[in-house]
Amino acid sequence: MDLLDHLPVLVVIMPLMSAPLCVLFDRARPAWLVSMSASWLSFAAAVYLLIQVSRDGTISYRLGGWAPPWGIEYRIDLLGAYVLLIVTAIAALVMVFARRSLEKEIPADRIARVYAALLLVFAGLTGITATGDAFNVFVFLEISSLASYAVISMGRDRRALSAAFQYLVMGTIGATFILIGIGLLYMMTGTLNMLDLAARLPEVADTRTVRAGFAFLTVGIGLKLALFPLHLWLPNAYAYAPSAVTAFLSATATKVAVYALLRFMFGVFGAEFSLNKMPFDLILMVLGLAGILSASLVAVFQEDVKRMLAYSSVAQIGYMVLGISLASNTGVSAAILHVFNHALMKGALFLAVGALAYRIGAVTVSSIAGLGRRMPWTVAALVVGGLSLIGVPPTAGFVSKWYLVLGTLEQDLWPVALLVLIGSLLALAYVWKLVEAAYFAEPAADAAAVREAPLSMLIPVWALVIANLYFGVNTQVSVGVARQATDLLMGGGG
Amino acid sequence: MSELPGLYNYWVTVFLMMAGFYVVISQGNLVKKLVGLAIFQTSVFILYISLGKVAGGNAPIFDATITVYSNPLPHVLILTAIVVGVATTSVGLALVVRIHEAYGSVEEDEIQAKDQHDEESQWEAGSERQADDR
Repeated sequence: MDLLDHLPVLVVIMPLMSAPLCVLFDRARPAWLVSMSASWLSFAAAVYLLIQVSRDGTISYRLGGWAPPWGIEYRIDLLGAYVLLIVTAIAALVMVFARRSLEKEIPADRIARVYAALLLVFAGLTGITATGDAFNVFVFLEISSLASYAVISMGRDRRALSAAFQYLVMGTIGATFILIGIGLLYMMTGTLNMLDLAARLPEVADTRTVRAGFAFLTVGIGLKLALFPLHLWLPNAYAYAPSAVTAFLSATATKVAVYALLRFMFGVFGAEFSLNKMPFDLILMVLGLAGILSASLVAVFQEDVKRMLAYSSVAQIGYMVLGISLASNTGVSAAILHVFNHALMKGALFLAVGALAYRIGAVTVSSIAGLGRRMPWTVAALVVGGLSLIGVPPTAGFVSKWYLVLGTLEQDLWPVALLVLIGSLLALAYVWKLVEAAYFAEPAADAAAVREAPLSMLIPVWALVIANLYFGVNTQVSVGVARQATDLLMGGGG
Repeated sequence: MSELPGLYNYWVTVFLMMAGFYVVISQGNLVKKLVGLAIFQTSVFILYISLGKVAGGNAPIFDATITVYSNPLPHVLILTAIVVGVATTSVGLALVVRIHEAYGSVEEDEIQAKDQHDEESQWEAGSERQADDR
């Protein structure tokens, strides 16, 4: 076996092993270099894996050479490779951005440890995506969660601390629910390998234990996903975390939770059990719509821009969940597509806000007044990201909304399609608030000294903005992979 | 009804779980919340350990005289979960220490009152700024 055969595990191990290195160096510069190399190498690995998977099909990697279902199997199918690509790409770009941003927002003696924790979050997220073992999902989930509580608490505002604590309590309850769910499944089947679980579950599907396990798992993942009404931890955590951390978490953490939900719903339990025997599609649809409307509405009235975007994230998760609830190929591929596009748009938006924060400190609707002329590139990025959030063509956001509406109309659910459009209008309302403040309001007296953000921050922001535009026009790759991944997922097993 | 005594372990699990969960929800003191969370997590350890037991089974030690073994895998799994639980509690306690440094309190309602105050002053600063602009 040469090194390339070990890529499924290397993509997890590289960030995991780099984290202690950062702590050992304990100085900002070498820690940044380590994080950069780990995340860009992982990104390269993910690109290679995606190419390999779409050419040769699913990769199964035996950890330590033990054959599944006894050993732990890492299994990378098309969906997994797709999500891995999103996570590693965002991580790589955020690391470029993080150097200046963290220098400004974190005390110098702690920067190296923040990099270490960020790398642990990253390792956990890639781990959840790569593994084919249910218990491993729990372990990686906790690795990423514990590290994310630590990085969120590093925000400058003291409210970051209470936000991190609240997230810790809710996140731990969620993770414990997942643990219980996995335990109940193990009880009935005696296996933890996802493929093996999928093969053995139908026999015992009609027992209360399996149904309870399903409920525990979905509620637990729902907490991690910030599915309405389990989203209470998210707005504060995103609003008060350091800017680079917010950008990374918002673009990756909830996406991986969507992946875990899809994996358990379709890959382990199977669509037949999840959607026909349990009324899960209806529950998801109602919660998704409630999330879209209520969170968008709350976002309109936020003064703090990061908080506004955090509420908008809850709404966007609603769109993904709505897509899943349609249970059709179009619906689920719209959800997967929206995972990809939302990572692009929220990554761009939160990085742009981070660039603003680098210059002006707290980013509120009134504090960005008149900055359209002072920081033209950053604010333009904010606007394109916002347009993508609304779903204006030719941005990426339009493509996924289009498929989502198509999916609802396929099933004659026109009231749902109407509600999706109302959600977009609400997005227009809060994005417009930003545009109005940045371009049409008179700048504050002390705004004269504000300059454009440094280049090392603008490059990652604009890389994501251009990606937003590119994937809005050229949909071949993003839609094609999402569709194929859906076919694989809905076709059973996966 | 004859099932009830046989499911004794599970009753303990459910009781501990609900007790821990209730403490997390009802207590305003952050340290007490963490205690509740720890109890909540511990209940799951018992769940896992119970399900590994095979009736009449022995400890999984290789010996010619033993033919029925209990399943050791859940025990191994739960060792991992115990480590996770310890880590969670320590991260939580570390956060509580820093919250105490920043707020001077570990009571949820007092912290919320101070947060509320911060938020209002942020709003006021924002509206003052707008007033200045005009």
